[in-house]
Amino acid sequence: MSDAVHPHGHHDDHHEEGSHGSFGSHMIGFGLSVILTAIPFWLVMSGVLHDPQLTGVVIMGFAAVQVVVHMIYFLHMNTRVEGGWSFMAMMLTVVLVVIVLSGSLWVMYHLNANMMPHADMSAMKQMSEMP
Amino acid sequence: MSSAIATLEPRAYHLPEEPHLHEGHSTNLGFWMYLMSDCLIFAILFATYAVLGGSYAGGPGPKDLFDLPLVALNTAMLLFSSITYGFAMLAMEKNRVSATQGWLVVTLLFGGAFLFIELYEFSHLIHEGAGPWRSAFLSSFFTLVGTHGLHVTFGSIWLITLMVQVAKNGLIPANKRRLMCLSMFWHFLDVIWIGVFTFVYLMGVLR
Repeated sequence: MSDAVHPHGHHDDHHEEGSHGSFGSHMIGFGLSVILTAIPFWLVMSGVLHDPQLTGVVIMGFAAVQVVVHMIYFLHMNTRVEGGWSFMAMMLTVVLVVIVLSGSLWVMYHLNANMMPHADMSAMKQMSEMP
Repeated sequence: MSSAIATLEPRAYHLPEEPHLHEGHSTNLGFWMYLMSDCLIFAILFATYAVLGGSYAGGPGPKDLFDLPLVALNTAMLLFSSITYGFAMLAMEKNRVSATQGWLVVTLLFGGAFLFIELYEFSHLIHEGAGPWRSAFLSSFFTLVGTHGLHVTFGSIWLITLMVQVAKNGLIPANKRRLMCLSMFWHFLDVIWIGVFTFVYLMGVLR
């Protein structure tokens, strides 16, 4: 994509100047990250929820929130950086990551379910043992 | 040949006036594109781990192998290195060379501590006979975590290189741009580590 069709291209240099955030925003990001890291470790190590599945869902939620916190406070991501192109690239990546992860799990789960039926395996073993 | 072309009316296949873009105007966006493609590499490794992570081949599983306090310490090291790199960038913005260098040294120490702990963990696993050859779970584990560790290693080498550059040439625009790129790279690795400690270590122990 050339800068000729890039309506905000000439603003880029202005964004670079103020894009490192402030001491305050770094500390907010750091504080949130510490909390969002400590709680999942505590949940898993103490096992307070008594339900591995629920704990799993909760810590995945914490991870998702922490990724967003890092994006905003450390990587200074917003919809205006580089005229929105960084955000567009990130959203495309998010879509691809979701397709790759969910697609792999979905396909491989069904492959395992269909290819390795344990009941049939034992039945086949019995059949082969038959004279 | 060339005279024939010269007699033709000049055709403009380019803008009549070159746009006055300063050097490195597109570096940030370009580097971001690289990070996004790197993100896809990690997505594939995460997907591989998600598929193979339950195939222990009769060997040890995550519950037998992972030492969560050590992982928590490792996570803390990487998080500290992220905030100290942020301080280095703030010092850089104020053109304070010695403060920038100081924070970069602190970042390097935390990054080095992270790598040391990770190598200790890997060597411990291999001594226990749980090397990457043991099972599909361990192959995908070592590939995913090892690739992240390799990124941190190269980030550290890059950090040392930039400290030498800043010592030699000061905080010139080119060096500021390089420090900005490494900043994005370093914070990006911390984001990937969130996925690793949640999905690999914590979920592994839960399973």
